[in-house]
Parts: sequence; structure tokens; C-alpha cells
Amino acid sequence: MASERIVIIGAGPAGVRAAQILVAAGIHPIILDEAPMCGGQIYRQQPPVLQRDYSELYGFEAPKAKRLHDTFESLRGSVDYRSDCLVWNLEQKNLHILHAGNSETISVDRLILATGAMDRILPFTGWTLPGVFTLGGAQIAFKSQACAIGRRTVFLGSSPLLPYIAYQYAKAGAEVVAVLDTTARAAKIRALPGLLSGGMTFIKGLYFMAWLRTHNIKYEYGVTPGEALGDQNVEGLRYTDQRGNQQMLECDAIAFGYGLRSEMQLADLAGCDFRFDPVSCNWCLALDGHGRTSVRDIYAAGDGATILGADAAELSGARAAHALLGDLNLGSQDTALGRLNQELDRMNIFRSALERAFAYPHHLAKAIPDSCIVCRCEGVTAGEIRSAVHELGADDINRAKAFCRVGMGRCQGRVCGPATEGIMAAVLNRDQATLGRFRTQAPVKPVPMACVWEKPPEDIVL
Amino acid sequence: MSTSQFHRLGSPDRSRVRITIDGHAHECLVGDTLLTAMLTAVRHLRISECDGKPRAGFCLMGVCQDCWVTLAGGQRLRACTTEVKQGMAIDTTAKFDHGI
Ligand code: FES
Repeated sequence: MASERIVIIGAGPAGVRAAQILVAAGIHPIILDEAPMCGGQIYRQQPPVLQRDYSELYGFEAPKAKRLHDTFESLRGSVDYRSDCLVWNLEQKNLHILHAGNSETISVDRLILATGAMDRILPFTGWTLPGVFTLGGAQIAFKSQACAIGRRTVFLGSSPLLPYIAYQYAKAGAEVVAVLDTTARAAKIRALPGLLSGGMTFIKGLYFMAWLRTHNIKYEYGVTPGEALGDQNVEGLRYTDQRGNQQMLECDAIAFGYGLRSEMQLADLAGCDFRFDPVSCNWCLALDGHGRTSVRDIYAAGDGATILGADAAELSGARAAHALLGDLNLGSQDTALGRLNQELDRMNIFRSALERAFAYPHHLAKAIPDSCIVCRCEGVTAGEIRSAVHELGADDINRAKAFCRVGMGRCQGRVCGPATEGIMAAVLNRDQATLGRFRTQAPVKPVPMACVWEKPPEDIVL
Repeated sequence: MSTSQFHRLGSPDRSRVRITIDGHAHECLVGDTLLTAMLTAVRHLRISECDGKPRAGFCLMGVCQDCWVTLAGGQRLRACTTEVKQGMAIDTTAKFDHGI
């Protein structure tokens, strides 16, 4: 029982809290983390040689970041933590992992997936130009590298991160040309009652907006992205303002994104069920009320299961660990699970208001010009996706992939998935949920061929 | 127009690391990823095999795979998750097929 091998994948807020609960119950999990240090993306740590303090990196979230890192430090003696470790395949209960160029297979009895999320994007003309990055990427440049992505940056999209990252940049002395929010002001006002339930989180959001205003940083609502201008790199951004007028800004960098999407490739390889959440327009993992996936002995938590943010990730990480302890018959977990679910329900009210205040602009997929690249790995354009539907009869996303190579590249459709779904939904006049998701293939990320063979055949030169 | 994409914030007190990009010497800092090291010197990482246009990465978190670069010896590295090392010689013009 306690000798079962339990593995947590990911060491962000969900993974760390799951580990904490397991350790408290006397279990010593293995934690596999792709990053060099714990924290996930949100509480990502800087390389030790950069000695900025917590408040500079995490602002209001500094105490939370510190608590999470400290908790993890206190667990170090009780867990087998493997950083810089990619899980590139999952077959039955075997994990194929790659660490420092060496491949290894470990078998597990129970698994908690806490694999996190990445930015969700919808392409616009010019988005592959050097200088256009995701919002999350812009924040990583700042947090872990003490850099701005450009000298004059425009922040564009629809995400609670939008005012926050713009504020972080401006506060650190980077020039913020403008913040362009694709959600209309009226939608924000309609979301107000729900937002108020967020308490301090909401007030912090207001603070960033007010700070930007008092520092004369332009914040526009209801914009429509037009085109990133430039030949070899970004020189400007064309967009349509709320009143329908064409505008142009000079800049050398654009950070953009429309919220997050879950990293679910390992759950997919494991055969877990998914569901489409119409509110966030995202695929999520189908979980029972306690963090169990549809596959026995596999649990999931955090943004890698459903996008609910960092605070909820800590709670759902703890929840998955309690569910696991219950399944191991290590005492009743009902009280803990009840309390965690109550807190998660309360956060959900705020989360759905946030989804409206920073709405996913699914209508933009329809407007992506035919000539615009959608799949940046394979260079597939929106027009090619539309012809795969019109001329070749692709009626789900994996057929479209087979016909025009969209999503077939090195990122396996993580970047172009939502746009491809949206483009096809518009052409077919169907609900996005009916088009399916790009199927995952192992390795979930590129790994050197030499590592896939545990012993490379001797006559092959790699 | 500036010749680098990234812009360092503050005045870092870190030791230098020397690399070359397409034969030109550049200085970067200990703690830089290869992506940061390159983009604080130039504006792109590689030329896309699809459209022949320059690319400079996108997600910075090891997901989009847009930032694979080729070293002069042919070795390929994902620039946003690789720490820069003294003496790295990067060839941004290298043709990049579908293998890694
Ligand atoms: S920039 Fe996306 S993987 Fe490196």
C-alpha cells in the first residue's frame, strides 16, 4: 500500500500542494518537473545568479510565491524530486522520461497529472514575425531573465494577465506603448457583480488598471487586431478600435494571448476522457468531483486539467492527493475533500465572471485572412484549412490535419489547435466542440532519436 | 532601429559569457537562456524552413518548439530552455529539416 509508487508530474502550485498532502500522510512521491526549479509558470523562479527579491518578481503575489517555494523546500527530504525531466511518453503505467540526455522508463502505481497550461492564441497577419511573443512568454522574459521582449511593447488580447504584465513591464522601466483589450468595456461592466466576489484579487486587478492610467499608458477596450507590420521583425501594429477606426502604433514587440489552454498530452496518451467547456471555449479533462480522471489510478489537478488559475490549482492539487489517499484506504478524506470543494466552488463564481470580463474572442477565428499562417510549425495558412474543409471534406480537426498538415508539426497543434477548431467551426457552421481535438502522439515533445532507443543499434550513426 | 530584440531591465551584475552568432562575437550573461543570449544581440534565432522568414521563438516556455537553433557542429538545441554556455557557436542560417 504505502509501498506503491506514486508519481506527480509537474511542480507548480497544483503539484506542490499535492506532494505536501501525500508527504503529510507518510507517502514519498516521485515528482517529475520539466523546469529546473519548482514553481510552475506562475511562480517560476529566476536563475539563482539573478538576485532580485520576491516583490520585484511577483508583486502582490510575492507572499504566495514564497509560501509555495518554502513548502517545497520543506518537502525536499521526503520526495524524490527530478527537475529538468521531460515525460515524453506514457504507456499503460509506464512513464518514459528524459533527463540530461538519458532516457529511462519507470512504472507507476498511481499518477497525479499537474502539467499546467500555455497561452491560448488566435493568429493575426504577421504574428510569426520576430518580436511577437505570447503574454506568458513576455512575463517569463521579465521574471526569469530580467528582460523585456522589446524596447517598445504593445500588450494585446484578452486575459487577466494583460493589465498585470503591462504593469510589471512599466514598473520595471520598460516602455509600454499601449494595452489593447479585445473585450468591450460593456462586457466588463456586465461582469462586475461576479467580479466583486473575487475580493482582493479583484481589487488588485483594479489597482493595475488605475496604475496604468495614472502613468498615462493607453488602455483601449473592444479592439480588433489587424496586422503586425514589418518585413524582418515587428515595426508596428495595425488594429481597429472600438469605434471601428483603423489605428496604427509603432512598436518593436507585441505580447498577445487570449487566456490559457491546458497541457493535456499525457492525459490523452493515457486515454483519459475530455470535455469541452463552452464558457471558456476550452477542452478540459473530465474529472469526477475529486480530481479522478476517467482512467483508474490517474488523477489530475491545476490548470493542466481545467483552467481555473493558480489559487484554485493549489486547492485542486490538494484535492487530488486526498482522493488518492482515500483510494489507498488511508482513512476517510471526506472532511478535507468537502472543505476543498467548497472553496473551489466559491472561486468558480469569480472565475466565470473573469471569463466574461476577459472573454475569449472566438469570433476572431472566422476573420483570420486566408493568407495568414495558422500553424507556425508547418506554415499552413487559414486558406489551406478552409480548402481542406470545402474541397476535401474534412469534417473534424484530425481529418484536416491529415489533409493539410495543420497541427502536424513539432508542437503537435498546441499553438494552432484553438484557431483551427474556430476556423473549421465557422466554415461548417458547427459548434466548436463537435470538431474534436488534435490527437497526441509520443513523444509529446521532440526528443533526440538517440534517447528513444535506450540502447541505440550499433550500426546506426546518430 | 535597434539591432537586438530583447532589452535588459536594470543593470545586471553578472559575469559575461562569450558566444558567436553566424561568426560574429557577442557577449551575454551567466543565467541567460540561449534564447535570451541571442535575442539580446540580434533579432532572430533561425530561418523558418516553411516560409524562409526569420523566427525568434514565441512561447518561451518550451511548448511551441519555434526556437530550435543549430550549433556550428550540427547539434540542435531548444533555445528557450537551454542555458547558454561559453563558446557556443550558433548558425542561424542552418537548414532545419523535420528531425531533431
Ligand atoms: S520559444 Fe516556444 S519552445 Fe522555445
